[in-house]
Amino acid sequence: MGQITLNQVTKSFGDVEVIPPLDLQINDGEFVVFVGPSGCGKSTLLRLIAGLEDVSSGEIAIDGTDATHVQPARRGLAMVFQSYALYPHMSVRKNIAFPLKMAKMDKAEQDRRVANAAKVLNLTDYLDRRPGQLSGGQRQRVAIGRAIVREPAAFLFDEPLSNLDAALRVNMRLEISELHQTLKTTMIYVTHDQVEAMTMADKIVVLQAGRIEQVGSPLELYNAPRNKFVAGFIGSPKMNFIDGADAAQFGAHTIGIRPEHITLSTTEGLWQGRVGVAEHLGSDTFLYVHVNGLDPLTVRVSGEVGVRHGDTVFLSPDPAKLHRFDAQGLRQS
Amino acid sequence: MATQHSRAAARLMMAPAVVLLLGWMLVPLIMTLTFSFKKYLPLKGGDLGWVGFENYIRFFTASAFWPSVLSTLILVGGVLAITVVLGVLLALLLDQPFWGQGIVRILVIAPFFVMPTVSALVWKNMFMDPVNGLFAHLFKAFGAQPYDWLSQSPLLSIIVIVAWQWLPFATLILLTAIQSLDSEQLEAAEMDGAPVLARFGYIVLPHLARAITVVILIQTIFLLSIFAEIFVTTQGSFGTKTLTYLIYQRVLESQNVGLGSAGGIFAVILANIVAIFLMRIVGKNLDA
Repeated sequence: MGQITLNQVTKSFGDVEVIPPLDLQINDGEFVVFVGPSGCGKSTLLRLIAGLEDVSSGEIAIDGTDATHVQPARRGLAMVFQSYALYPHMSVRKNIAFPLKMAKMDKAEQDRRVANAAKVLNLTDYLDRRPGQLSGGQRQRVAIGRAIVREPAAFLFDEPLSNLDAALRVNMRLEISELHQTLKTTMIYVTHDQVEAMTMADKIVVLQAGRIEQVGSPLELYNAPRNKFVAGFIGSPKMNFIDGADAAQFGAHTIGIRPEHITLSTTEGLWQGRVGVAEHLGSDTFLYVHVNGLDPLTVRVSGEVGVRHGDTVFLSPDPAKLHRFDAQGLRQS
Repeated sequence: MATQHSRAAARLMMAPAVVLLLGWMLVPLIMTLTFSFKKYLPLKGGDLGWVGFENYIRFFTASAFWPSVLSTLILVGGVLAITVVLGVLLALLLDQPFWGQGIVRILVIAPFFVMPTVSALVWKNMFMDPVNGLFAHLFKAFGAQPYDWLSQSPLLSIIVIVAWQWLPFATLILLTAIQSLDSEQLEAAEMDGAPVLARFGYIVLPHLARAITVVILIQTIFLLSIFAEIFVTTQGSFGTKTLTYLIYQRVLESQNVGLGSAGGIFAVILANIVAIFLMRIVGKNLDA
């Protein structure tokens, strides 16, 4: 079981309110991702759930029982830290077994669980090494191993992939998703990377300045962002925003159109512009097009296109995929 | 950086310092070595010629030799134990955030800046004196008989004085080591269910192991040559005669330079054995 409920939780450091009153419901077995720009309070929120910080007011319930003032160790949650926080003087085996040793579990059961975790995480050959002798990805797996042996109600991940290189990050992302499919345990994952959020989450919580901007499945957030912030944060490359007369003609204060929902033509279209930088990724091409009176628009074209720097092109948004926002930045349905 | 030219230049620039240090070390060492094989009595005819190992045999078989080795060991061991244990505790305390942290940290270092002679005299006359000392007044305030520290437990008194001087050094090194501990490790241990004492035992203490070794290494080398504190307090009486003090007595009180030099060479060898032994521990720690 791993159902976590936050009820009017707030957190202040001195006079600074980091998290204004916040409600959140996390269901058993869900993979929830907290995402937001740095300093938005997502790590603080995770630490509040873990019990590493005290809440200023409000309550946290785990599986229906109030856990607001319960010690971190007794909440039945396991955390994977950004720096992995492995114990450098202990072997991998001892690192993984540490929570079991602290729980005074008998030796045979400890060995069984460690062996099991090592098998799941491909660490069997490294059990007698020290963390210093492992690569970044292996250390990451040890940290996860230390979390899974406890068989917690929920896993908390605090930006676990940010210290890995790009290729390894994609790998570990798959491994963590795979682990979630196998264990079916609640996972709460903090990241500032919207790609991680989109690819891994069952439910994404978008945070800004401690406030929840929107909660929803990745596609809900992509297709129906509640406001300009979410629209701009989710999706890569970023959504284009257009103000003024061009927006008014669609009956909105601001319109937003994703780069992949703009059609490029060399002959006709709504906006005429000049091609700036073109990024060729092979599968896609990102064009930065300068349109008179507007900020540069990003356009995503599948495959290769025959336009070059300085060429004149015409752009038309797909009307069905256009997002209209009012003056407050809220999306008009 | 490591071109042929820059390496040659670097050697040239280091040369004066190396030559000076080498001379500073080698000249006295060779002189001591020479004297240790001679009968040399400045007041009774000076250099009386080579005597082989006679000085060494006399030094080691003297009745004062083994007691002095024992007092040296007790002094060094006692000071090390006090400074390491209290140093760890003080470092833990100073690591906590509290008001006036900066000033308190400076105050903690203060004893290290006091000259050994001065601090020993202050302790002797202002704290441990059986008539005017602070401790005597304290004992009297509680109606107890004042304790004559320096004559009733002289070695302990000297250990206390020296430990007071070296505690700041240990505290400072251990404090910086504690500050370098990743706080996420402690939080991870907390999540893993380790109570405070287990966190200290499993995380903090292993993290401090290297710093503690460094403290022990450096202090041992300096503590073996403790002299001023003994000189101004007990003058080597009441079982406080350490090896260093015994050598001093041989040379200056008995005016026997040859005998003292033999003891000096023994002390040099002893200090080097300790240094090599401890260097290996530090080296092993550095590998991990």
